[in-house]
Amino acid sequence: MTLVSEIAISVLLVIGGVFGLVGSYGLLKLPDTMSRLHAPTKASTLGIGGVLLASILHFALIEQKYTVEEILVTIFLFITAPISTHFLAKAWLHRNARPEDLPETGTDCGWIGYDLAEPKEAEGTESD
Amino acid sequence: MITYAFWFANACFGGGLLCNLLQFIRARDVIDRVQAFDTMVINAIALLILFGTMNATGHYFEASLLFAMVGFVSTVAFCKFLLRGDIIE
Repeated sequence: MTLVSEIAISVLLVIGGVFGLVGSYGLLKLPDTMSRLHAPTKASTLGIGGVLLASILHFALIEQKYTVEEILVTIFLFITAPISTHFLAKAWLHRNARPEDLPETGTDCGWIGYDLAEPKEAEGTESD
Repeated sequence: MITYAFWFANACFGGGLLCNLLQFIRARDVIDRVQAFDTMVINAIALLILFGTMNATGHYFEASLLFAMVGFVSTVAFCKFLLRGDIIE
């Protein structure tokens, strides 16, 4: 039983560590900001998830203590990672992309991060 | 075996932290810096949890929760400042 739990914890730790390293290396390796957005948020939350599962199993199976703080950290990270990525994308669009260069949204609303009036006026003046 | 797994995970997240520091230094745009900082916070949380689990104490979970909250709030505040020029309007 101890060997099985040790194997499970070790596998979770190794998976979490590899995913964390891949996420951080992808942040270094990917070419531009918009493609860099997806590497750390996917892989680091998966890496953190593996480490937190290993921590829960370690405390429950080896130390015989049952803790809930890891679940709190997991839920908090899984909720906040997409929100911060969304904010980063919005800020990048606001600073670097002009409204003319963006593709059509297909709805009445313009792109997020710009005022509603601006893309309408730009479309009206160009009218190609 | 479990000790080696712990040290392997520690080395992985430490290497990830170094990658983020390199990205933080060589980034050209402010957004890249904010993103590297956000990922640094995530790796630091993982290191804290690993340390707490290795030493079998629960004190580090509160610290990692605080880290998660402060990292999220600071990322959102940076992005809000870059978007609007003000954090709370």
